[in-house]
Amino acid sequence: MNITNLSKIALSALMRNKFRAFLTMLGIIIGVASVIAMLAIGEGSKKSIQQQISSMGSNLVMVMPGSQMMGGVQQGNSSSKALEIRDVTAIREACPSITAVSPEVRGGGQVVAGGNNWPTTFYGGDVNYLDIKKVEIKAGRMFTEQEVNAAAKVCLIGQTVADNLFGNEVDPVGQTIRFRNIPVKVIGLLEEKGENTFGMDQDDLLIGPYTTVQKRILAITHINAILSSAVSEEATTQAVTEITAAMRASHKQAEGEEDDFQIRTQAELVSTFSSISDILTTLLGAISAISLLVGGIGIMNIMYVSVTERTREIGLRMSTGGRGRDILMQFLIESVMLSVIGGIFGIVLGVVASSVIGNLTGWPIAVMPEAVALSFVVCTAIGIFFGWYPARKAANLNPIDALRFE
Amino acid sequence: MNKEIISIKDLRKDFHVGEVTVHALRSVDLTIHEGDFVAIMGTSGSGKSTMLNILGCLDKPSSGSYLLDGTDVSNLSKNELARLRNLKLGFVFQSYNLLPRTSALENVELPLFYNNSVKPRERRERAMAALGAVGLADRVHHMPNQLSGGQQQRVAIARSLVNDPVVILADEATGNLDTRTSYEIMALFQDLNARGKTIVFVTHEPEIAGFTTRNVHFRDGNIVKQHAVENPGSAREMLSTLPVETD
Repeated sequence: MNITNLSKIALSALMRNKFRAFLTMLGIIIGVASVIAMLAIGEGSKKSIQQQISSMGSNLVMVMPGSQMMGGVQQGNSSSKALEIRDVTAIREACPSITAVSPEVRGGGQVVAGGNNWPTTFYGGDVNYLDIKKVEIKAGRMFTEQEVNAAAKVCLIGQTVADNLFGNEVDPVGQTIRFRNIPVKVIGLLEEKGENTFGMDQDDLLIGPYTTVQKRILAITHINAILSSAVSEEATTQAVTEITAAMRASHKQAEGEEDDFQIRTQAELVSTFSSISDILTTLLGAISAISLLVGGIGIMNIMYVSVTERTREIGLRMSTGGRGRDILMQFLIESVMLSVIGGIFGIVLGVVASSVIGNLTGWPIAVMPEAVALSFVVCTAIGIFFGWYPARKAANLNPIDALRFE
Repeated sequence: MNKEIISIKDLRKDFHVGEVTVHALRSVDLTIHEGDFVAIMGTSGSGKSTMLNILGCLDKPSSGSYLLDGTDVSNLSKNELARLRNLKLGFVFQSYNLLPRTSALENVELPLFYNNSVKPRERRERAMAALGAVGLADRVHHMPNQLSGGQQQRVAIARSLVNDPVVILADEATGNLDTRTSYEIMALFQDLNARGKTIVFVTHEPEIAGFTTRNVHFRDGNIVKQHAVENPGSAREMLSTLPVETD
């Protein structure tokens, strides 16, 4: 008996009990659909976090001050003054794996223009600061090298600040605003970035030359952080090694001494937040997998009922020349058909459900091709696994008893 | 004399039920030739069902030899027995054993599904021919529940014919039918026999056995009497003597 004949027999057996076959499949359909939808939601949230983080900068590697001992007292990171401009120079000279490096100085304060005022943060950077942080200019221009050297009182303004100070009517470019009572000229308007994953408004800022923020506004000599771009995502690790070496040399740290700075990379952030959403995805997937398992048990149950109900059919098939193997294959194919057809419907339903959920909730949804392929394989496996026992029971029947079964 | 289809010598069958051994068949000798129409008779417990199971290669004898169309069946494996059943035997059961919700044609095709050398086209043609031979050419696409008992049994007979077996084994094939339909079925068997088919018919009704050409009586696992039927009755003639149904 060849596989085509067996498939025909199995299919016609299923067609004899269409409604029952459908109900049995329903367990698999719901199981597969929920696995796919849940994984799509999980994967979607992961993708969106990754996008948000990568929008923070291009292959960003950040150096931040570490905690320091001052007279035996451990200081918090924020109070540290460990980073200075010479560190930036050291990194620029010693690290081939980075394309750009910029100091970052920041200070909060009230900004005033005419009758309006608004609390915001003034970020100071080098001329390549915008490229590193992936910020675009919507109108106006970037500040120049000369302006950095001269600590010129110029800035670029974020959309949120512009809206609050000038409203929609006035073009902010060319206006003069006062930050902590220091007059600063607005030379450019930044492209909107919106909120990031963590709910922070990325347009609520001013950006200017670091010298301006350092000397004219905050009156400090240290810097808050060093931002740099690695050549590529893969080069990030290499960049970290190089920066660490350059920083230790610049800080004249002895061997064995703990770093007095810390390095954060975008890749780290991505993996930290991805692992959170991975846990979520696994959890959702596991719950759905249970429903798939229940679906499989449903198939086993129905196959058992079917074998008992069709004992005489089995006896007849054996008496007309069906071997045990033929009977086994017939019932196995039947259960695999149930699970695979159910799986196909489930995949369709899962994809549809994913996009419906995505549309209704606005959550990012990404159907994973792997999940679809995996569901298909799992369905076949379920069919074989849960079909095996009933099918073997059928194949081992004694034809004489089976024929006389009432 | 015609060729020997079934040749049984000193065949025994014992069943072990716990400590007790039941001798279902004790030293049976039986020969059936091509073209025979044999009735196996006996009360329940006489061993006739065991005999039929062994004849049908569904069960193996405890000892003795059984040659079916020249093949020694005693030493064959389960799978070889299945193949033998597929090629050489046709079964007709008391309760028809048709697949429900499956057309007459597909029911008849069933044995050919288990024979790889038969292609789908040939399978269909042979099934159509078999249904034609039992007079159901116009019912091929009917489901069993759309057929009368007699028609269902005809489908079963067509199924037993479709693989062109060397012998048809019928087990109380008229047991579920009324007198008129029983005669119709027996007339069909007589026609088939007249066309050369070898038939072994198990029954406990002497009247039915009267339509065959030879009767073998079993009692307590032995053949107690074996005789040719003198002037076997014609089921077709008997049919015409029955009062015409008025409803």
